[in-house]
Amino acid sequence: MSACGLHCLKINHITVRRADTVLVQDVSLHAHCGEITAIIGRNGAGKSTLFKAILGEVPHKGEVIFTGHGGTPTKRKPRIGYVPQSLNVDEGSPATVLDVAVTFTTRYPAFLPVPRRLRREIEAHFARFAAAELLDKPIGRLSGGELQRALLAVATRPHPDMLMLDEPVSGVDRAGLQAFYELLEQLRRDDMVILLISHDLDYVRRHADRVVLLDREVLSSGSPEDVFACDAFRQAFAIGGDA
Amino acid sequence: MEWLLSWWQYDFMRTALWALIMLVPLLAMLGTLVVNNGMAFFSDALGHSALTGVAIGVVLGVSEHRWIMIVFAVVFALLMNAIRHSRIASTDTVIGVFSAVGVALGLALLSRGGNFSNYQSLLIGDVLSITASELWVLGGVLIATTIVWLLLFNGFHAVSISPAMARSKGMAVKWLDNLFVVLVAVVVMLAIRWVGLLLINAMLILPAAASRNVARGMRGYHLLALVFGVFSAVLGLLLAYFNAVATGPMVILVLAALYFGTFLMREK
Repeated sequence: MSACGLHCLKINHITVRRADTVLVQDVSLHAHCGEITAIIGRNGAGKSTLFKAILGEVPHKGEVIFTGHGGTPTKRKPRIGYVPQSLNVDEGSPATVLDVAVTFTTRYPAFLPVPRRLRREIEAHFARFAAAELLDKPIGRLSGGELQRALLAVATRPHPDMLMLDEPVSGVDRAGLQAFYELLEQLRRDDMVILLISHDLDYVRRHADRVVLLDREVLSSGSPEDVFACDAFRQAFAIGGDA
Repeated sequence: MEWLLSWWQYDFMRTALWALIMLVPLLAMLGTLVVNNGMAFFSDALGHSALTGVAIGVVLGVSEHRWIMIVFAVVFALLMNAIRHSRIASTDTVIGVFSAVGVALGLALLSRGGNFSNYQSLLIGDVLSITASELWVLGGVLIATTIVWLLLFNGFHAVSISPAMARSKGMAVKWLDNLFVVLVAVVVMLAIRWVGLLLINAMLILPAAASRNVARGMRGYHLLALVFGVFSAVLGLLLAYFNAVATGPMVILVLAALYFGTFLMREK
Protein backbone atom coordinates (compact mmCIF):
# COMPACT_ATOMS: atom_id res chain seq x y z
CA MET A 1 0.00 0.00 0.00
CA SER A 2 1.51 3.28 -1.06
CA ALA A 3 -0.77 5.33 1.17
CA CYS A 4 1.07 6.99 3.99
CA GLY A 5 -1.50 6.25 6.68
CA LEU A 6 -0.09 9.16 8.58
CA HIS A 7 -2.06 12.19 7.73
CA CYS A 8 -5.57 12.35 8.91
CA LEU A 9 -8.66 14.42 9.33
CA LYS A 10 -9.62 15.26 12.89
CA ILE A 11 -13.09 16.52 13.55
CA ASN A 12 -13.44 17.75 17.11
CA HIS A 13 -16.77 18.42 18.81
CA ILE A 14 -18.72 19.58 15.79
CA THR A 15 -22.18 20.86 16.63
CA VAL A 16 -24.61 22.29 14.10
CA ARG A 17 -27.82 24.03 15.10
CA ARG A 18 -30.57 25.46 12.96
CA ALA A 19 -32.86 27.72 14.91
CA ASP A 20 -33.72 25.67 18.01
CA THR A 21 -32.95 22.26 16.55
CA VAL A 22 -29.66 20.50 17.03
CA LEU A 23 -28.83 18.78 13.75
CA VAL A 24 -25.40 17.48 14.70
CA GLN A 25 -24.42 17.12 18.34
CA ASP A 26 -20.80 17.13 19.47
CA VAL A 27 -19.42 14.84 16.78
CA SER A 28 -15.76 13.94 16.90
CA LEU A 29 -14.10 11.57 14.52
CA HIS A 30 -10.73 10.80 13.02
CA ALA A 31 -10.38 9.60 9.49
CA HIS A 32 -7.08 8.34 8.22
CA CYS A 33 -5.37 8.55 4.92
CA GLY A 34 -5.56 5.33 2.91
CA GLU A 35 -8.73 4.27 4.66
CA ILE A 36 -12.37 4.45 3.76
CA THR A 37 -14.42 5.85 6.62
CA ALA A 38 -18.11 5.29 6.10
CA ILE A 39 -20.76 7.34 7.85
CA ILE A 40 -24.06 5.54 8.17
CA GLY A 41 -27.36 6.32 9.85
CA ARG A 42 -31.05 6.66 9.24
CA ASN A 43 -32.48 9.38 7.02
CA GLY A 44 -32.24 12.76 8.70
CA ALA A 45 -29.48 11.60 11.03
CA GLY A 46 -27.39 14.65 10.11
CA LYS A 47 -24.91 12.91 7.81
CA SER A 48 -25.09 15.44 4.98
CA THR A 49 -25.20 18.30 7.48
CA LEU A 50 -21.98 17.03 9.05
CA PHE A 51 -20.42 17.05 5.59
CA LYS A 52 -21.56 20.61 5.02
CA ALA A 53 -20.04 21.62 8.35
CA ILE A 54 -16.71 20.06 7.35
CA LEU A 55 -16.88 21.95 4.05
CA GLY A 56 -17.75 25.18 5.85
CA GLU A 57 -21.14 25.42 4.13
CA VAL A 58 -23.13 25.66 7.37
CA PRO A 59 -22.21 27.54 10.55
CA HIS A 60 -21.00 25.18 13.26
CA LYS A 61 -19.13 24.93 16.51
CA GLY A 62 -16.05 22.79 16.86
CA GLU A 63 -13.00 22.38 14.68
CA VAL A 64 -11.88 20.54 11.61
CA ILE A 65 -8.15 19.89 11.55
CA PHE A 66 -6.19 18.31 8.82
CA THR A 67 -2.88 16.94 10.01
CA GLY A 68 0.08 16.39 7.72
CA HIS A 69 2.52 13.56 7.44
CA GLY A 70 4.20 14.31 10.76
CA GLY A 71 0.91 14.47 12.63
CA THR A 72 1.05 18.26 12.94
CA PRO A 73 -1.69 20.43 11.50
CA THR A 74 -1.00 21.35 7.88
CA LYS A 75 -0.32 24.97 7.07
CA ARG A 76 -1.85 24.93 3.64
CA LYS A 77 -5.55 24.37 3.24
CA PRO A 78 -6.26 20.73 2.47
CA ARG A 79 -7.49 20.05 -1.01
CA ILE A 80 -10.96 18.61 -0.79
CA GLY A 81 -12.76 16.61 -3.42
CA TYR A 82 -16.47 16.58 -2.75
CA VAL A 83 -19.11 14.58 -4.56
CA PRO A 84 -22.61 15.82 -3.73
CA GLN A 85 -25.72 13.66 -3.93
CA SER A 86 -27.04 15.68 -6.81
CA LEU A 87 -26.54 18.90 -8.75
CA ASN A 88 -28.80 21.90 -9.35
CA VAL A 89 -29.25 21.12 -13.02
CA ASP A 90 -32.39 20.17 -14.85
CA GLU A 91 -32.71 17.86 -17.82
CA GLY A 92 -32.78 20.77 -20.23
CA SER A 93 -29.50 22.22 -19.06
CA PRO A 94 -27.07 22.63 -21.95
CA ALA A 95 -24.01 22.00 -19.75
CA THR A 96 -22.13 18.87 -20.76
CA VAL A 97 -19.91 16.80 -18.50
CA LEU A 98 -16.90 18.43 -20.18
CA ASP A 99 -18.31 21.88 -19.35
CA VAL A 100 -18.70 20.89 -15.73
CA ALA A 101 -15.16 19.50 -15.62
CA VAL A 102 -13.73 22.68 -17.17
CA THR A 103 -15.84 24.84 -14.83
CA PHE A 104 -14.72 23.15 -11.63
CA THR A 105 -11.18 22.13 -12.42
CA THR A 106 -9.65 24.82 -14.64
CA ARG A 107 -9.44 28.58 -14.98
CA TYR A 108 -10.24 28.34 -18.67
CA PRO A 109 -13.64 29.99 -19.33
CA ALA A 110 -16.07 27.13 -19.87
CA PHE A 111 -18.07 29.06 -22.49
CA LEU A 112 -15.16 29.22 -24.94
CA PRO A 113 -14.08 26.36 -27.23
CA VAL A 114 -11.97 23.94 -25.19
CA PRO A 115 -8.39 23.69 -26.53
CA ARG A 116 -7.54 20.22 -27.76
CA ARG A 117 -4.77 19.73 -25.22
CA LEU A 118 -6.98 20.55 -22.27
CA ARG A 119 -9.66 18.23 -23.59
CA ARG A 120 -7.13 15.40 -23.92
CA GLU A 121 -5.94 15.98 -20.37
CA ILE A 122 -9.46 15.84 -19.04
CA GLU A 123 -10.24 12.81 -21.18
CA ALA A 124 -7.26 10.94 -19.82
CA HIS A 125 -8.29 11.70 -16.26
CA PHE A 126 -11.92 10.74 -16.86
CA ALA A 127 -10.80 7.48 -18.49
CA ARG A 128 -9.59 6.34 -15.06
CA PHE A 129 -13.17 6.54 -13.90
CA ALA A 130 -14.65 4.93 -16.99
CA ALA A 131 -16.22 8.31 -17.69
CA ALA A 132 -14.35 9.56 -20.77
CA GLU A 133 -17.26 8.62 -23.04
CA LEU A 134 -19.59 10.76 -20.93
CA LEU A 135 -17.78 14.03 -21.63
CA ASP A 136 -20.05 15.21 -24.43
CA LYS A 137 -23.30 14.19 -22.76
CA PRO A 138 -25.50 16.80 -21.06
CA ILE A 139 -24.91 16.49 -17.33
CA GLY A 140 -28.63 16.66 -16.60
CA ARG A 141 -29.29 13.49 -18.56
CA LEU A 142 -26.81 11.10 -16.95
CA SER A 143 -27.97 8.08 -15.01
CA GLY A 144 -27.25 8.02 -11.28
CA GLY A 145 -24.19 5.82 -11.72
CA GLU A 146 -22.83 7.87 -14.61
CA LEU A 147 -23.24 11.09 -12.68
CA GLN A 148 -21.45 9.60 -9.69
CA ARG A 149 -18.48 8.54 -11.83
CA ALA A 150 -18.32 11.89 -13.60
CA LEU A 151 -18.44 13.81 -10.32
CA LEU A 152 -15.83 11.53 -8.79
CA ALA A 153 -13.57 12.40 -11.72
CA VAL A 154 -14.22 16.13 -11.21
CA ALA A 155 -13.60 15.81 -7.46
CA THR A 156 -10.23 14.12 -7.94
CA ARG A 157 -8.77 16.70 -10.33
CA PRO A 158 -6.44 17.94 -8.93
CA HIS A 159 -5.57 15.08 -6.59
CA PRO A 160 -7.26 15.86 -3.26
CA ASP A 161 -6.00 15.24 0.27
CA MET A 162 -9.47 14.24 1.27
CA LEU A 163 -12.36 12.87 -0.70
CA MET A 164 -15.89 13.37 0.63
CA LEU A 165 -18.62 11.37 -1.03
CA ASP A 166 -22.28 11.88 -0.32
CA GLU A 167 -23.78 8.84 -1.96
CA PRO A 168 -27.23 9.30 -3.44
CA VAL A 169 -29.98 7.44 -1.61
CA SER A 170 -31.35 5.99 -4.81
CA GLY A 171 -30.91 6.03 -8.55
CA VAL A 172 -27.69 4.03 -8.75
CA ASP A 173 -28.09 0.42 -9.85
CA ARG A 174 -26.12 -2.55 -8.51
CA ALA A 175 -23.65 -2.54 -11.40
CA GLY A 176 -23.09 1.17 -10.86
CA LEU A 177 -22.50 0.69 -7.14
CA GLN A 178 -20.07 -2.15 -7.80
CA ALA A 179 -18.09 0.01 -10.23
CA PHE A 180 -18.13 2.92 -7.78
CA TYR A 181 -16.73 0.90 -4.88
CA GLU A 182 -14.06 -0.59 -7.11
CA LEU A 183 -12.98 2.96 -7.98
CA LEU A 184 -12.89 3.82 -4.28
CA GLU A 185 -10.67 0.83 -3.64
CA GLN A 186 -8.25 2.17 -6.24
CA LEU A 187 -8.40 5.71 -4.89
CA ARG A 188 -7.70 4.73 -1.32
CA ARG A 189 -4.25 3.58 -2.44
CA ASP A 190 -3.62 7.11 -3.73
CA ASP A 191 -2.78 8.70 -0.42
CA MET A 192 -6.05 10.32 0.50
CA VAL A 193 -8.57 10.38 3.30
CA ILE A 194 -11.88 9.02 2.07
CA LEU A 195 -15.05 9.95 3.89
CA LEU A 196 -18.19 8.34 2.59
CA ILE A 197 -21.86 8.71 3.41
CA SER A 198 -23.37 5.45 2.37
CA HIS A 199 -26.78 3.86 2.37
CA ASP A 200 -25.66 0.45 1.26
CA LEU A 201 -24.63 -1.54 4.31
CA ASP A 202 -23.51 -4.50 2.23
CA TYR A 203 -20.88 -2.44 0.48
CA VAL A 204 -19.91 -0.68 3.67
CA ARG A 205 -19.28 -4.04 5.33
CA ARG A 206 -17.11 -5.16 2.46
CA HIS A 207 -15.15 -2.01 1.69
CA ALA A 208 -15.04 0.39 4.63
CA ASP A 209 -12.18 0.33 7.13
CA ARG A 210 -14.05 2.31 9.74
CA VAL A 211 -17.70 2.94 10.23
CA VAL A 212 -19.35 5.75 12.12
CA LEU A 213 -22.98 5.28 13.07
CA LEU A 214 -24.55 8.70 13.36
CA ASP A 215 -27.87 9.85 14.74
CA ARG A 216 -27.18 13.50 15.40
CA GLU A 217 -24.42 12.24 17.67
CA VAL A 218 -21.99 9.40 17.18
CA LEU A 219 -23.74 6.26 18.43
CA SER A 220 -20.93 3.91 17.60
CA SER A 221 -17.70 3.88 15.65
CA GLY A 222 -14.99 1.39 14.85
CA SER A 223 -14.52 -1.51 12.48
CA PRO A 224 -17.56 -2.56 10.40
CA GLU A 225 -17.81 -5.78 12.43
CA ASP A 226 -17.91 -3.94 15.75
CA VAL A 227 -20.38 -1.30 14.65
CA PHE A 228 -22.66 -3.76 12.86
CA ALA A 229 -22.78 -5.88 16.02
CA CYS A 230 -23.77 -3.11 18.42
CA ASP A 231 -27.29 -2.53 19.76
CA ALA A 232 -27.55 0.99 18.38
CA PHE A 233 -26.96 -0.37 14.90
CA ARG A 234 -29.72 -2.94 15.27
CA GLN A 235 -32.07 -0.29 16.54
CA ALA A 236 -31.23 2.10 13.75
CA PHE A 237 -31.62 -0.36 10.92
CA ALA A 238 -33.64 -3.32 12.13
CA ILE A 239 -37.06 -1.68 12.06
CA GLY A 240 -37.92 0.78 9.34
CA GLY A 241 -34.31 1.69 8.63
CA ASP A 242 -33.45 3.22 5.28
CA ALA A 243 -30.90 0.64 4.19
CA MET B 1 -33.88 48.81 -52.99
CA GLU B 2 -33.42 52.47 -52.21
CA TRP B 3 -36.47 52.26 -50.02
CA LEU B 4 -34.99 49.30 -48.15
CA LEU B 5 -31.82 51.24 -47.35
CA SER B 6 -33.56 54.52 -46.60
CA TRP B 7 -33.19 54.10 -42.83
CA TRP B 8 -29.40 54.24 -43.06
CA GLN B 9 -29.46 57.96 -43.89
CA TYR B 10 -30.71 58.79 -40.38
CA ASP B 11 -28.08 59.27 -37.72
CA PHE B 12 -30.39 58.11 -34.95
CA MET B 13 -31.08 54.86 -36.83
CA ARG B 14 -27.40 54.11 -37.25
CA THR B 15 -26.72 54.92 -33.59
CA ALA B 16 -29.65 52.79 -32.53
CA LEU B 17 -28.38 49.92 -34.66
CA TRP B 18 -24.98 49.98 -32.98
CA ALA B 19 -26.59 50.36 -29.60
CA LEU B 20 -28.82 47.34 -30.09
CA ILE B 21 -26.01 45.23 -31.54
CA MET B 22 -24.13 45.81 -28.28
CA LEU B 23 -27.05 45.87 -25.89
CA VAL B 24 -28.96 42.73 -26.83
CA PRO B 25 -25.90 40.42 -26.82
CA LEU B 26 -24.73 42.01 -23.55
CA LEU B 27 -28.03 41.11 -21.93
CA ALA B 28 -28.00 37.72 -23.68
CA MET B 29 -24.62 36.88 -22.17
CA LEU B 30 -25.86 37.56 -18.64
CA GLY B 31 -29.13 35.87 -19.50
CA THR B 32 -27.43 32.50 -20.04
CA LEU B 33 -26.81 32.16 -16.33
CA VAL B 34 -29.98 33.95 -15.24
CA VAL B 35 -31.92 31.29 -17.15
CA ASN B 36 -29.72 28.42 -15.95
CA ASN B 37 -30.20 29.56 -12.35
CA GLY B 38 -33.95 29.82 -12.76
CA MET B 39 -33.76 33.51 -11.87
CA ALA B 40 -36.12 34.93 -14.48
CA PHE B 41 -38.53 36.11 -11.81
CA PHE B 42 -35.66 37.51 -9.77
CA SER B 43 -34.40 39.68 -12.63
CA ASP B 44 -37.96 40.75 -13.41
CA ALA B 45 -38.38 42.05 -9.85
CA LEU B 46 -35.00 43.71 -10.18
CA GLY B 47 -36.18 45.59 -13.26
CA HIS B 48 -39.26 46.77 -11.39
CA SER B 49 -37.10 48.24 -8.67
CA ALA B 50 -36.01 50.88 -11.20
CA LEU B 51 -39.26 52.74 -10.48
CA THR B 52 -38.37 53.13 -6.83
CA GLY B 53 -34.78 53.98 -7.74
CA VAL B 54 -35.92 56.86 -9.93
CA ALA B 55 -38.45 57.94 -7.33
CA ILE B 56 -35.78 58.14 -4.66
CA GLY B 57 -33.71 60.22 -7.04
CA VAL B 58 -36.64 62.59 -7.56
CA VAL B 59 -37.35 62.86 -3.85
CA LEU B 60 -33.69 63.59 -3.12
CA GLY B 61 -33.67 66.12 -5.91
CA VAL B 62 -30.84 64.44 -7.79
CA SER B 63 -30.95 65.32 -11.46
CA GLU B 64 -28.98 62.30 -12.64
CA HIS B 65 -31.28 59.44 -11.73
CA ARG B 66 -29.11 56.77 -13.18
CA TRP B 67 -26.68 56.51 -10.28
CA ILE B 68 -29.44 56.42 -7.70
CA MET B 69 -31.17 53.71 -9.74
CA ILE B 70 -28.01 51.64 -9.86
CA VAL B 71 -27.25 52.00 -6.15
CA PHE B 72 -30.83 51.19 -5.23
CA ALA B 73 -30.97 48.19 -7.57
CA VAL B 74 -27.70 46.82 -6.16
CA VAL B 75 -29.01 47.07 -2.59
CA PHE B 76 -32.34 45.59 -3.70
CA ALA B 77 -30.58 42.71 -5.50
CA LEU B 78 -28.33 41.89 -2.54
CA LEU B 79 -31.31 41.92 -0.19
CA MET B 80 -33.38 39.69 -2.46
CA ASN B 81 -30.43 37.36 -2.87
CA ALA B 82 -29.92 37.06 0.87
CA ILE B 83 -33.58 36.21 1.40
CA ARG B 84 -33.54 33.86 -1.59
CA HIS B 85 -30.90 31.76 0.18
CA SER B 86 -32.47 31.84 3.60
CA ARG B 87 -35.19 29.45 4.62
CA ILE B 88 -37.53 32.16 5.77
CA ALA B 89 -40.13 31.69 3.08
CA SER B 90 -40.60 30.21 -0.36
CA THR B 91 -38.41 32.04 -2.82
CA ASP B 92 -40.99 33.03 -5.40
CA THR B 93 -43.28 34.50 -2.75
CA VAL B 94 -40.47 36.64 -1.36
CA ILE B 95 -39.46 37.83 -4.80
CA GLY B 96 -43.09 38.58 -5.60
CA VAL B 97 -43.30 40.72 -2.49
CA PHE B 98 -40.08 42.56 -3.38
CA SER B 99 -41.33 43.15 -6.89
CA ALA B 100 -44.62 44.53 -5.60
CA VAL B 101 -42.88 46.88 -3.18
CA GLY B 102 -40.49 48.05 -5.90
CA VAL B 103 -43.40 48.99 -8.16
CA ALA B 104 -45.82 50.33 -5.57
CA LEU B 105 -43.31 52.49 -3.74
CA GLY B 106 -42.00 53.88 -7.01
CA LEU B 107 -45.48 54.62 -8.36
CA ALA B 108 -46.59 56.20 -5.11
CA LEU B 109 -43.64 58.55 -4.97
CA LEU B 110 -43.63 59.41 -8.66
CA SER B 111 -47.39 60.01 -8.83
CA ARG B 112 -47.30 62.63 -6.10
CA GLY B 113 -49.04 65.69 -7.47
CA GLY B 114 -50.29 63.69 -10.46
CA ASN B 115 -47.03 63.88 -12.36
CA PHE B 116 -46.51 60.28 -13.28
CA SER B 117 -46.85 60.92 -17.01
CA ASN B 118 -43.39 62.55 -16.87
CA TYR B 119 -41.91 59.19 -16.07
CA GLN B 120 -43.72 57.01 -18.55
CA SER B 121 -40.61 56.66 -20.68
CA LEU B 122 -39.20 54.60 -17.85
CA LEU B 123 -41.80 51.94 -18.53
CA ILE B 124 -41.30 51.72 -22.27
CA GLY B 125 -37.86 53.15 -22.89
CA ASP B 126 -36.65 54.40 -26.26
CA VAL B 127 -33.63 52.98 -27.94
CA LEU B 128 -33.81 55.63 -30.68
CA SER B 129 -33.01 58.26 -28.05
CA ILE B 130 -29.55 56.90 -27.43
CA THR B 131 -26.80 59.46 -28.06
CA ALA B 132 -23.34 58.93 -29.49
CA SER B 133 -21.69 59.46 -26.09
CA GLU B 134 -24.02 56.94 -24.50
CA LEU B 135 -22.90 54.53 -27.18
CA TRP B 136 -19.40 54.75 -25.73
CA VAL B 137 -20.71 54.09 -22.23
CA LEU B 138 -22.53 51.06 -23.55
CA GLY B 139 -19.39 49.84 -25.34
CA GLY B 140 -17.43 50.27 -22.11
CA VAL B 141 -19.98 48.29 -20.14
CA LEU B 142 -19.95 45.55 -22.79
CA ILE B 143 -16.16 45.27 -22.62
CA ALA B 144 -16.09 45.36 -18.81
CA THR B 145 -18.82 42.72 -18.56
CA THR B 146 -17.02 40.51 -21.07
CA ILE B 147 -13.83 40.73 -19.02
CA VAL B 148 -15.71 39.83 -15.84
CA TRP B 149 -17.31 36.95 -17.73
CA LEU B 150 -13.95 35.66 -18.94
CA LEU B 151 -12.47 35.81 -15.45
CA LEU B 152 -15.39 34.72 -13.33
CA PHE B 153 -17.77 32.69 -15.47
CA ASN B 154 -16.47 29.38 -14.10
CA GLY B 155 -17.07 30.62 -10.58
CA PHE B 156 -20.60 31.85 -11.37
CA HIS B 157 -21.36 28.60 -13.17
CA ALA B 158 -19.90 26.41 -10.43
CA VAL B 159 -21.94 28.18 -7.76
CA SER B 160 -25.05 27.70 -9.83
CA ILE B 161 -24.43 23.96 -10.30
CA SER B 162 -23.38 23.10 -6.74
CA PRO B 163 -22.37 25.67 -4.13
CA ALA B 164 -20.95 22.96 -1.85
CA MET B 165 -18.81 21.52 -4.63
CA ALA B 166 -17.66 25.02 -5.58
CA ARG B 167 -16.65 25.63 -1.98
CA SER B 168 -14.76 22.34 -1.85
CA LYS B 169 -12.70 23.64 -4.77
CA GLY B 170 -11.84 26.74 -2.75
CA MET B 171 -14.14 29.16 -4.57
CA ALA B 172 -15.52 32.17 -2.70
CA VAL B 173 -19.12 31.06 -3.08
CA LYS B 174 -20.96 33.88 -1.29
CA TRP B 175 -18.88 36.53 -2.96
CA LEU B 176 -19.38 35.09 -6.44
CA ASP B 177 -23.09 34.63 -5.86
CA ASN B 178 -23.54 38.25 -4.80
CA LEU B 179 -21.26 39.61 -7.48
CA PHE B 180 -23.39 37.94 -10.13
CA VAL B 181 -26.61 39.60 -8.98
CA VAL B 182 -24.81 42.94 -8.64
CA LEU B 183 -23.55 42.61 -12.20
CA VAL B 184 -27.05 41.86 -13.46
CA ALA B 185 -28.45 44.78 -11.43
CA VAL B 186 -25.95 47.28 -12.86
CA VAL B 187 -26.38 46.19 -16.47
CA VAL B 188 -30.18 46.07 -16.22
CA MET B 189 -30.29 49.58 -14.73
CA LEU B 190 -28.04 50.97 -17.46
CA ALA B 191 -30.13 49.35 -20.16
CA ILE B 192 -33.53 50.22 -18.75
CA ARG B 193 -33.74 53.75 -20.12
CA TRP B 194 -33.43 52.39 -23.65
CA VAL B 195 -35.52 49.25 -23.29
CA GLY B 196 -37.96 50.19 -20.55
CA LEU B 197 -38.69 48.24 -17.42
CA LEU B 198 -41.65 46.41 -18.93
CA LEU B 199 -39.47 44.69 -21.51
CA ILE B 200 -35.98 44.61 -20.04
CA ASN B 201 -36.43 41.18 -18.52
CA ALA B 202 -37.62 39.72 -21.81
CA MET B 203 -34.46 40.96 -23.49
CA LEU B 204 -32.40 39.39 -20.73
CA ILE B 205 -34.16 36.02 -20.74
CA LEU B 206 -35.31 35.32 -24.28
CA PRO B 207 -32.01 34.94 -26.19
CA ALA B 208 -30.76 32.40 -23.65
CA ALA B 209 -34.12 30.68 -23.37
CA ALA B 210 -34.29 30.26 -27.16
CA SER B 211 -30.70 29.06 -27.29
CA ARG B 212 -31.29 26.58 -24.48
CA ASN B 213 -33.99 24.90 -26.55
CA VAL B 214 -31.49 23.69 -29.11
CA ALA B 215 -27.93 24.23 -27.87
CA ARG B 216 -25.80 21.52 -26.38
CA GLY B 217 -22.75 22.53 -24.40
CA MET B 218 -21.86 25.88 -22.87
CA ARG B 219 -20.14 27.06 -26.04
CA GLY B 220 -23.15 26.43 -28.23
CA TYR B 221 -25.42 27.91 -25.59
CA HIS B 222 -23.47 31.17 -25.46
CA LEU B 223 -22.83 31.39 -29.18
CA LEU B 224 -26.47 30.86 -30.16
CA ALA B 225 -27.71 33.29 -27.50
CA LEU B 226 -25.36 35.95 -28.92
CA VAL B 227 -26.32 35.16 -32.52
CA PHE B 228 -30.02 35.34 -31.63
CA GLY B 229 -29.30 38.61 -29.81
CA VAL B 230 -27.61 40.28 -32.80
CA PHE B 231 -30.14 38.87 -35.27
CA SER B 232 -33.12 40.12 -33.28
CA ALA B 233 -31.45 43.51 -32.75
CA VAL B 234 -31.02 44.10 -36.48
CA LEU B 235 -34.29 42.57 -37.64
CA GLY B 236 -36.27 44.15 -34.81
CA LEU B 237 -34.94 47.63 -35.56
CA LEU B 238 -35.74 47.34 -39.28
CA LEU B 239 -39.21 45.91 -38.69
CA ALA B 240 -39.89 48.73 -36.25
CA TYR B 241 -38.72 51.34 -38.77
CA PHE B 242 -40.75 50.04 -41.68
CA ASN B 243 -43.87 49.48 -39.62
CA ALA B 244 -43.54 52.67 -37.59
CA VAL B 245 -43.75 50.91 -34.23
CA ALA B 246 -41.52 51.11 -31.15
CA THR B 247 -38.19 49.31 -31.49
CA GLY B 248 -37.92 47.53 -28.12
CA PRO B 249 -41.15 45.57 -28.49
CA MET B 250 -40.23 44.60 -32.06
CA VAL B 251 -36.87 43.16 -30.92
CA ILE B 252 -38.69 41.20 -28.24
CA LEU B 253 -41.23 39.87 -30.75
CA VAL B 254 -38.42 38.61 -32.99
CA LEU B 255 -36.81 36.95 -29.97
CA ALA B 256 -40.13 35.40 -28.98
CA ALA B 257 -40.52 34.02 -32.51
CA LEU B 258 -37.02 32.53 -32.20
CA TYR B 259 -38.00 31.04 -28.88
CA PHE B 260 -41.11 29.35 -30.23
CA GLY B 261 -39.27 28.23 -33.38
CA THR B 262 -36.48 26.60 -31.36
CA PHE B 263 -39.01 25.17 -28.94
CA LEU B 264 -40.47 23.12 -31.78
CA MET B 265 -36.98 22.03 -32.86
CA ARG B 266 -35.75 20.91 -29.47
CA GLU B 267 -34.79 17.32 -28.75
CA LYS B 268 -37.41 15.50 -26.81
